[in-house]
Amino acid sequence: QHNADPQKTAFLLRKQWTLYSVTPLYGFSSAHLKHYARLLSAFTAAEKQKGLAVEVGVELDIKVTVSNIPDLKGSDRDQDAILVQLSLRSSASQKNSEEKLVWSGCFCCVSGDHLSENLPEDFTCLPLFLANGAEGYTSIVGSWFQKTFDCCFRRLAISPLNLSWMAAMWTGCQVDKTTSAMELVFSAPCLPYPLDISYAIHPEDAKALWDTVQKTPGEITQEEVDVFMDCLYSHFHRHFKIHLSATKLVKVSTAIASAHCDGIIKFLQSKYLAGVLTLLTELAISQIQ
Amino acid sequence: MQRRQSSETLKKPPQAHHKNQTDLSAWRKGRRTDPEKSVQSHQSPNDQENDSEQDSLEEALSYFGQVQDRVSLRKNNVLQKHLTTVESIAVQRGLPPEGFDVLLKVALSGKLADTVNTRLLKSLVPASVIPETSVVSAVSWLCVSKCSDNIQLLFLRWLITMFDFIDHKEELHALYGFFFSFLQDEKMCPYVCHLLYLLTRKESVKPFRIRRLLDLQVKMGMQPHLQALLSLYKLFCPELVTITLPGKMKTYFKNSEGPWKAAINTVRRRNQANSPVFQTLFLGTAQPQSRKRKWNTQLMIPASSTNRNNLEEDREKNCVKLYSRDESFPVEQLQTFSQLLQNIHRLEFPSQMGSVLTNPLLLHYMNCIKDESVYLRLYYWMGQTLQEECTWCVADNSQYEEEFKDFLETVYKTECFLQEGFSSCEEFLYKSLPLWDGVCCRSQVLRLVSWIPLGTFSEMKSHLYDPLVQLFFTSSLYFKCSVIESLKELLQNWLNWHVIHLDSESDSQVHSLNTTLSGLVNTVAELIHFVGRISTVALRLENNHLFLLYFILDFYETVCDIYLRYNLPLLIMPPAGVFYPALLSMDSVNLNQLCYIMYRYRTNLVAAKENDLSKKKMLQFKFSSQTYQEYNQYLIAMVGCLWTSSAFQKDTHPQGLRMDDELLKKTAVKEVKTSFNIVNHPAMMGYAVHFLQQAWPDDTTFNFSLIKGRRWDWYLEYLYSQGLEGLKVFIESSINRVSQASHSKAENVQV
Repeated sequence: QHNADPQKTAFLLRKQWTLYSVTPLYGFSSAHLKHYARLLSAFTAAEKQKGLAVEVGVELDIKVTVSNIPDLKGSDRDQDAILVQLSLRSSASQKNSEEKLVWSGCFCCVSGDHLSENLPEDFTCLPLFLANGAEGYTSIVGSWFQKTFDCCFRRLAISPLNLSWMAAMWTGCQVDKTTSAMELVFSAPCLPYPLDISYAIHPEDAKALWDTVQKTPGEITQEEVDVFMDCLYSHFHRHFKIHLSATKLVKVSTAIASAHCDGIIKFLQSKYLAGVLTLLTELAISQIQ
Repeated sequence: MQRRQSSETLKKPPQAHHKNQTDLSAWRKGRRTDPEKSVQSHQSPNDQENDSEQDSLEEALSYFGQVQDRVSLRKNNVLQKHLTTVESIAVQRGLPPEGFDVLLKVALSGKLADTVNTRLLKSLVPASVIPETSVVSAVSWLCVSKCSDNIQLLFLRWLITMFDFIDHKEELHALYGFFFSFLQDEKMCPYVCHLLYLLTRKESVKPFRIRRLLDLQVKMGMQPHLQALLSLYKLFCPELVTITLPGKMKTYFKNSEGPWKAAINTVRRRNQANSPVFQTLFLGTAQPQSRKRKWNTQLMIPASSTNRNNLEEDREKNCVKLYSRDESFPVEQLQTFSQLLQNIHRLEFPSQMGSVLTNPLLLHYMNCIKDESVYLRLYYWMGQTLQEECTWCVADNSQYEEEFKDFLETVYKTECFLQEGFSSCEEFLYKSLPLWDGVCCRSQVLRLVSWIPLGTFSEMKSHLYDPLVQLFFTSSLYFKCSVIESLKELLQNWLNWHVIHLDSESDSQVHSLNTTLSGLVNTVAELIHFVGRISTVALRLENNHLFLLYFILDFYETVCDIYLRYNLPLLIMPPAGVFYPALLSMDSVNLNQLCYIMYRYRTNLVAAKENDLSKKKMLQFKFSSQTYQEYNQYLIAMVGCLWTSSAFQKDTHPQGLRMDDELLKKTAVKEVKTSFNIVNHPAMMGYAVHFLQQAWPDDTTFNFSLIKGRRWDWYLEYLYSQGLEGLKVFIESSINRVSQASHSKAENVQV
């Protein structure tokens, strides 16, 4: 297990992140991060005012920082995570100008080193990308990375199957204080109007149910996940006469994290951050291979 | 005084690197004479019109070379005459290289009225090339500002239009700074930008110039000519400046060709072979996009240079020279094959490998440079794009089918070009075929199938054959034909791959499972058996449709020749479900093709047997006796049908034509035995009718039994002359005719 400083990764918590998978970056070098920041800020400025040229390296309204986060990885064989931040400068005064963070993006790889096996050295594997902020900025930064490092970004949707895994895994996790309820949101398909069903369970009840289902602690099988979900479904059916198995699981919220099938995640517990990122890295890798 | 001096120096003949020395000396000689006199001497008649034109041009040039003071056009007949001479020759033939120095000088020196200068500049059309020295001296005249603004502008436009006709450009490049300084002039700015655009090289891009251009941008706002020049700067030095061009823009520079357009076209048409190729604008914009695409997917990417090379510079400034690939040739500028050849050593792959798909020159380059990274980059991009854009896997994409079709088409063409399949494409097919409806992008998908690389059988079965077979049996006749055709191409691609790798086997390091000979033989055999099975069922389903049979036999035309043509020890006979429908086909094309295929089987089997006997090679691969037996059974049936009329008795194939006489009698068909010989066979009857009509024009009874004995031979000759080549080679090889006269004694030749 990698010992990480929770302070260094705290920026990820309690924010909504949109997930992407990214193919290996070609020709990327962490020695040139400052240079990348300069190019990217000029590129961003040029994109925002199409048709006007921007000199690289001058002070611009938009500031880009690109930095390493060595604490965000699963093992030493993972690449260092890369954090990209966009801030707007208020142009009032030059020296004491305030910077307002408007967008952040994080490339990471947590226990996903098997992707980089057999890859030549000029590829950097950071298969999971998380973005927070306006999509316009995501597209500018993303396009720049695609053009510069010949990589591909794809939205990382989370299938209902994986969501039910998350529900089961996170139910079993120890949380110091009993906080919010566990919530599952289902969507009924093929209706002329959207119909969402929210299913909230007291976290202790859910934990008690999961403990009866799980055979070996620390190990989860597909069968156990199915049994767990089936129990929840039949309970619901008993009360409301609705077969949730015929609907689509679209969102899972627990005290650990909440995940939406469109590929949006919110981390809530620093302790389980690495665990959730490992799972997401796995999903990202399976999407690019 | 000064002017005089400069005109003195310029009077020296242009430092001669021109081939037309004779013209030049003639021109110099003429110049010494008095202008008035030369007009007089011109009166002497010349035989050849060309010669006279040449003379009058020389006189005109010498006149313009010596003009001293302002001469009014209206009052001076001599000036008028020479001006007209220059103009008419320029329009008709273009001016010789040595004329430019004099005429540019006089036009830009301000000695004559602007109307004359304008007319002179407009007639400066080169017959071949423009000497660089004349342009350089003209620029020096431009810098001393003797001429009016209009003439300055006209000269710049002329220079832009004629840029590619200038014989050398080194000294012109040295004047880059002078041209750059003209940017201040608001009127000249657009033309100077255009000229700088033509002149700019990587080393011309300097931070102070960028700053000057940005200042101009602040002053003048978004100007297309500034945008164009700045994006060229960005292309060469992306680490210094960047710009995003708006997509709609089409023209960046005002048309400067105007006055010379017609004349230039004439000249270019005349020396088409060696006329310079015009440098086209290569700004990476104006990509027509049919829809507002998501930012993260782009089906067609324009090639653009990588800028990684510049990153080294700020780190280790001293080591720049070691790293620097300043020499590299921007892929944006790569337009012609000869450029590729000249710059292949300093070319780099574009920043996004996906752009090679639409760039044949880069594909050539890719073919030369075998680099793992190149294929990996393409693999990732293509894999992601195919999955993201697939119209039947992703629900929202269905409206973009046409675009996706084009993309698949492009991928297929690239595979054909490189003569190999992409693994990303293979994976895509494996993932998406089970979800495919067989309609969406049909021909594109089936074509891509033909480039699936050779895999193990279990892989092929679950990923390709199983999903394909479900669609095959439930789809239209046309779909069935298309599947058979693409499987034939798949087979051919595998076999070609084998032949190529057979040659380079010694030096190749990769020897995975499926590249061993036995692995290859097994996989190919499975494909052939698979096609045999689905063909049998399909013929039943479609009532032995001729069209389908045609595609199936086409497949077997490749199969029957594998041993000899592709050097692979494998021969598989078609199943009875294909052979008998073809033998009894109603159509002569199919029957003829079957004959040809049987002939090739025979040739291959005979060759195999000979090799076997001499134990030359491939000892571990022997054709089983079953193959020979199967061939012989088919041969007996065929000869029995077409020749000896004994198929019903002699056919030994369990699924064959053998029938008891009792049963045959019950059919009540007259002369049932001969009903499938080359005269009575339903596929041949048309020929027999025609033959009878020609042999006995008056007889309308169509007595087929007349065709026997010597007439049988004539009939055969007639058939051969009708293009039934397959039948010919089959009969000549497989039927041993004991006596020419009696065909009944003939018998089949077994292997």
